Amino acid sequence: MNKSIWNPHFETMSREQMREVQSERLRDVVERVYYNVPSYRAKMQAAGIGPEHIQSIDDLSKLPFTTKQDLRDNYPYGLFAVPMSEIIRIHASSGTTGKPTVVGYSRRDIGVWSEVMARTLTGAGAGKEDFIQIAYGYGLFTGGLGLHYGGEKIGASVIPISGGNTKRQLQLMQDFGSTVLACTPSYAAYLAEAIEESGIDRKELKLRIGVFGAEPWTENMRREIEKKLQIRAIDIYGLSEIIGPGVSFECPHQCGLHINEDHFIPEIIDPETLEVLPEGELGELVFTTVTKEGLPIIRYRTRDLTRLNFGTCACGRTLVRMNKCTGRSDDMLIIRGVNLFPSQIESVLLGMDETTPHYLLVVDRVNNLDSLELHVEVEDRFYQDTISDLQKLRMKIQNHVESATGLSVSVKLVEPKTIERSEGKAKRVIDKRPAVWS
Amino acid sequence: MIIKQLSVFLENKSGRLHEVFDVLGASNINVSACSVADTSEFGILRMIVSEPEKARDILKEKRFSVNISEVISFVTPNTPGALARTLKVLSDTNISIEYLYGFSVGEKSFIALRSDNVEKAIMELQRHEMELISANDLYKF
Repeated sequence: MNKSIWNPHFETMSREQMREVQSERLRDVVERVYYNVPSYRAKMQAAGIGPEHIQSIDDLSKLPFTTKQDLRDNYPYGLFAVPMSEIIRIHASSGTTGKPTVVGYSRRDIGVWSEVMARTLTGAGAGKEDFIQIAYGYGLFTGGLGLHYGGEKIGASVIPISGGNTKRQLQLMQDFGSTVLACTPSYAAYLAEAIEESGIDRKELKLRIGVFGAEPWTENMRREIEKKLQIRAIDIYGLSEIIGPGVSFECPHQCGLHINEDHFIPEIIDPETLEVLPEGELGELVFTTVTKEGLPIIRYRTRDLTRLNFGTCACGRTLVRMNKCTGRSDDMLIIRGVNLFPSQIESVLLGMDETTPHYLLVVDRVNNLDSLELHVEVEDRFYQDTISDLQKLRMKIQNHVESATGLSVSVKLVEPKTIERSEGKAKRVIDKRPAVWS
Repeated sequence: MIIKQLSVFLENKSGRLHEVFDVLGASNINVSACSVADTSEFGILRMIVSEPEKARDILKEKRFSVNISEVISFVTPNTPGALARTLKVLSDTNISIEYLYGFSVGEKSFIALRSDNVEKAIMELQRHEMELISANDLYKF
């Protein structure tokens, strides 16, 4: 048995076998939601569809989509498909607008979650000899507990330190001999900086793997973290509406994230026309959970933009791969009519020697024109002592951003360590423009 | 004759300048000369201090962005045309001046000057018997 694959049966099965597994499970979940969730039944009836119309995954596109708004409209438990007596856990994601999104797990769902997280951690190269420092937040957020279940399932020693308290993170990392660090990539970058400053000798740390997710990050950011922490940084992907972390994961080949598609069937759609796109095309990722009991979800629009690759990976897994997500359709800023993802800015900064990946974008509207200001920290290694050095640096960043995004930007140089460091998801954008009501 | 000067990057925010001097004062470091070059958004504070390396480390610890650069310092008579004569020595030998700052009191003017070629500037000034100030005289207090 291949030690680096947790569940070879499902993770390496042929496309034909996978389609059979998915089709059977899809028929089952459609029946469950049709008979147990009034809102799904009403939507399907409105579309003139019943469970009898869904025979295989080829019929998936006949089903209506589910959006975050559906979850809000049915707040808190309206979309649950089992009686509340069967629900053993409730999580919620922070709602930036309005009510939080509430998700429920049956006992079996927690089992599925542990399974997909065991696959994730095994895929990252972790095993029972490892010490996993879980610096994701524990609580209503799914990050902490998701990693926790996976870590226990593979038999690793789990250190449930949760997020924040950087000094303590470093101390336990040293004293407990953590070999795996799990947190958001922005917190990993922050910890790397804190280690440098603390004067801890890297040789005293046993850290070898980072398992980072919950926010989009670029390849450049990965290389920066890998270099600074001297680890292999693995991307993991998930969202609470689907299960939390564990939806998809990278193997050490770092060439896309394997989707646990026997549980979560992916599709890529055009976010405008809602048509399913062929393999390899960039579009919005949509998931149907086929094994979940508490909150099964049909064709959920994630707003994340990526593409799918069905080729077999060098690691031996046949699970379809999705590209690393670097943008969300709702992260996208529209500045003077031009689309801009904050990750594009991050990429530019990391591609230059004279900048750090810490930045803040401030968008405003002055005299009916969008303005874009980019705050970048000045470290002493980037200038000598003349104003002209600093003006040159500003111009260089402005030119790089402009050529990468097509947008003119005003760069503001700020003092080191003044841009807020995040212990959870990083805040990169302040949009001061008045909301447009349509 | 080369004098170490500290350059501190400062955002245009009230209180920052005070913070620098407060930190240095608390560490018993004396500032014998200073100047601020400013733009609308940020500035560079340049200072000649006692114990430049120690001052740099202290400021870095307080998360300031600090560099050490080299300047020269000299004395001219506090009379019309005196500085012009000194600067002519430099311009005649194609030495560029990046910036300078100075102050006069009594019969003397004190100038700190940053040039693209510090060694050559010192040589030329010495050759013309101008009065240079040594680093030790400036650092001590």
